[in-house]
Amino acid sequence: MENPGYCSGSFDGLHHPSDDDDDDEMVDIAGATLDFSSTDDVPPLSSGGFEDYSTTTTTSSSSSSSRAAGMNGTGPTKLVDPLEDPLPGVGTYEDFNTIDWVREKSKDRDRHREITNKSRQSTVALLHSVSDAFSGWLLMLLVGLMAGALAGGIDIAAHWLADMKGGVCLIGFWFNHEHCCWTSNETTFQERDRCPQWQSWAELITGTSEGPFAYIVNYLMYIFWALLFAFLAVTLVRAFAPYACGSGIPEIKTILSGFIIRGYLGKWTLIIKTITLVLAVSSGLSLGKEGPLVHVACCCANILCHLFTKYRKNEAKRREVLSAAAAVGVSVAFGAPIGGVLFSLEEVSYYFPLKTLWRSFFAALVAAFTLRSINPFGNSRLVLFYVEFHAPWHLVELAPFILLGIFGGLWGALFIKANIAWCRKRKSTILGHYPVIEVLVVAALTAIIAYPNSYTRMSGSELISELFNDCSLLDSSQLCGYKQPTNTSETGAGNSLTDRAAGEGLYTALWQLALALVFKMMITVITFGMKVPSGLFIPSMAVGAIAGRLLGVGMEQLAYYNHDWFIFKGWCSQGADCITPGLYAMVGAAACLGGVTRMTVSLVVIMFELTGGLEYIVPLMAATMTSKWVADAFGREGIYEAHIRLNGYPFLEAKEEFEHSSLAVDVMRPRRADPALAVLTQEGMTVGEVETLVESTHYSGFPVVVSQESQRLVGFVLRRDLLISIDNARKRQEGVVSASQVVFTEHAPTQPDDAPPPLRLRGIMDLSPFTVTDHTPMDITVDIFRKLGLRQCLVTHNGRLLGIITKKDILKHMAQIANRDPESILFN
Amino acid sequence: MKSVFVVEVLSLFCFVLLSQVTAKNSEDIRCKCICPPYRDIEGQIYNQNVSLKDCNCLHVVEPMPVDGKDVEAYCLRCECKYEERSSDTIKVTIIIYLSILGLLLLYMVYLTLLEPMLKRRLFGHSQLIQSDDDVGDQQPFANAHNVLSRSHSRPNMLNKVEHAQQRWRRQVQEQRKSVFDRHVVLS
Repeated sequence: MENPGYCSGSFDGLHHPSDDDDDDEMVDIAGATLDFSSTDDVPPLSSGGFEDYSTTTTTSSSSSSSRAAGMNGTGPTKLVDPLEDPLPGVGTYEDFNTIDWVREKSKDRDRHREITNKSRQSTVALLHSVSDAFSGWLLMLLVGLMAGALAGGIDIAAHWLADMKGGVCLIGFWFNHEHCCWTSNETTFQERDRCPQWQSWAELITGTSEGPFAYIVNYLMYIFWALLFAFLAVTLVRAFAPYACGSGIPEIKTILSGFIIRGYLGKWTLIIKTITLVLAVSSGLSLGKEGPLVHVACCCANILCHLFTKYRKNEAKRREVLSAAAAVGVSVAFGAPIGGVLFSLEEVSYYFPLKTLWRSFFAALVAAFTLRSINPFGNSRLVLFYVEFHAPWHLVELAPFILLGIFGGLWGALFIKANIAWCRKRKSTILGHYPVIEVLVVAALTAIIAYPNSYTRMSGSELISELFNDCSLLDSSQLCGYKQPTNTSETGAGNSLTDRAAGEGLYTALWQLALALVFKMMITVITFGMKVPSGLFIPSMAVGAIAGRLLGVGMEQLAYYNHDWFIFKGWCSQGADCITPGLYAMVGAAACLGGVTRMTVSLVVIMFELTGGLEYIVPLMAATMTSKWVADAFGREGIYEAHIRLNGYPFLEAKEEFEHSSLAVDVMRPRRADPALAVLTQEGMTVGEVETLVESTHYSGFPVVVSQESQRLVGFVLRRDLLISIDNARKRQEGVVSASQVVFTEHAPTQPDDAPPPLRLRGIMDLSPFTVTDHTPMDITVDIFRKLGLRQCLVTHNGRLLGIITKKDILKHMAQIANRDPESILFN
Repeated sequence: MKSVFVVEVLSLFCFVLLSQVTAKNSEDIRCKCICPPYRDIEGQIYNQNVSLKDCNCLHVVEPMPVDGKDVEAYCLRCECKYEERSSDTIKVTIIIYLSILGLLLLYMVYLTLLEPMLKRRLFGHSQLIQSDDDVGDQQPFANAHNVLSRSHSRPNMLNKVEHAQQRWRRQVQEQRKSVFDRHVVLS
């Protein structure tokens, strides 16, 4: 792939320093365009893309020696070339590239070592070291506060705006339906929402609330508001922050594994995501807000990282904070701090040291506490569907629970396949050219079909909360429409219902729920992945809850009519309340969510934090495990990994086993028919030769050898550093011309007096590159890449340099083995 | 930039604290008692704003639909819950949300509609300076402000703001290209 414009642009672009330190802004590349449409490596030896760094000045103390030390890993070495002051350009990476974990970690270690050494010298330095240690905790506190506050605001605004589709509150337009009727005395037992302060649109416009005309007016207003909200959401996303669309979790997973996406966690993305998330959820579309809340929390963390030098300058440390922020996101979404931490550990994070565990927990607790004090639901609950029943379950019920697990697994596998096919269509065909129209059409379709059925008209969380509810005498909803007992003495203890026959209301609810199930299953496939913020926790849980409740009611009626069957005899006698359909709904929700996302531990913990008790752990675990096994039988990836693969992100899956028996020599470049590896010799090359070599190839780095004949490895030098140093030397250093020798050794060789002065570049060379021998099995090599976070690894044979393996080569190789298209790996 | 964030964070923190400390409006507490159907009496819901210690059936259920002996049986079936809310928090949140949404919409309208009009008006007065930075984009966001900025000489601060806004616009364009046009990210 030729990209000459890029190469020449890089020289100009290097010396335009950005005005602020904000390195989530994009690089100012004058004259160069980032062309990702053809990142196909046609010259087969290309070992990756470009690592053009933004020109952010680094102010880390003794950065030059620490840079050298970081590269060498052997301790601070004396710099050979006094002109190599902290050059602007080292420290940040270019967009859509992978960071160098090893370098970032060693940079941080050096910084920490220096602070510790200095702290013995004076009190001020001691205070500095103490504050440095506490900066992490302070940052976690701030992240928790900010994310909790934002989540509370989002909840309140979403509830209000969603109710706006139905009517207005006359005593204060900022009240939603429930709060409008809060102080009213007109609510009745049967109609708990009716009060004169809340007027539906039909009442406002026509004055009546009954009759077909009012129904049609309400219907039309509902569709109008839904379309308006969806339109506002998609135009705001398109105009201000295109990165705010989608769920965000696949991209955050990739970012946490070392990828850079500039602007993805920036302030505009945060603002737009918050505002449009409320709009998208309120427009009645079948999406949830949990995934986007994780994105919002990570944006908050990224923005707050700029306050602390320790996290601003170091990409690896920042990713620790982002891992904690992902935990905060789930914690505020479900009110489950422990579940959030486990979610971050299991689903999102790549490297999760123990220190991060403790800090994530702290941040998640702070966020949950902040959310509780804002009290968005008016009852000190964090989530809308907190479950309060503690009815016991019987071992025989494990059979229907496992059945629900199988259903969840099947649904998960089916959903992933359908959604990926639809998203692929969106990527490649004409469907992707009209995002605004697509959103409007889907919103219209959803509104038109959802309004007549009261179970699809209500929002996802309300539906789930109603389905999780255990019916008692105090409920008057349709779902609790059982036949009244003939004799009042038959009522059980307190207000719990004995088992009763289903009444009219329940039968209506059942068929309405069945229709809702079919509708939700189909509409979520086309909704997830649209160009508005969309999550899929709530829709999946809704599908599972409906299925679970249907099965639960079925079991309950079966037990009522057949008390003398063998399976019911022992435990379900006449008059006892033995089967709780609400529990079945909960288990169904967990099963479906587990089938789609393949979460295991985190899902069970989230569900039991929702219920507040350990009674239901066994059914939940049984259903979750079954659903994971069934879904894995159809495809190994969850929905987030499938989206990562669809986008071609360079994500080296940490859980995948590499089962092929290839060796390093099979994957390395250059292959047999390719030209030889492009190397630099430690002395003997001139500046002109080096420049020609660098410009004629696209590799992101070059190994340095002793000589072309011996091919003994000295080190590895990055393209970017070479270009910066040569450019800088030409401009600043006396006498460096194209004929000057480039020297990577410690002492320059003796030269005649009239020769131009040599250019010493030992300081930019990494003296300890990672190597494997050519007979190293690929699974060990892949393991090395995963565990150390490498970008490239050199291959030696009998001590001589043979070739190079990059992360992209590995990903392509794995794609080839799995019979996937290796060209689908777009980034590196 | 940093100071802005610090101020933002502090203001959020204060908002959170304030919402806890706001005086409890007497209308913001209530005791809600739900009484199921009993014999031939229909189910009823009773609301009153009493404090926590008075939140029980005897204080809230008025008028009592049953007579002396049955009151205890009736009250046993009623369930009373004490609830609190903060209407000020709700009001403030909604107003903040609507104002931010309104500002964003106005800004969007300004960028898409008003700026090209201003640009066209200035076309007649000054020369259109082509910028070589924006290669081949006809989007209204990009060129207009560039032209506007070069037609007058402005003090440094304003130049900086213009420059930052130009850069932000270019960023958004790049993002839009990757997400919407080429479908490279976030498909």
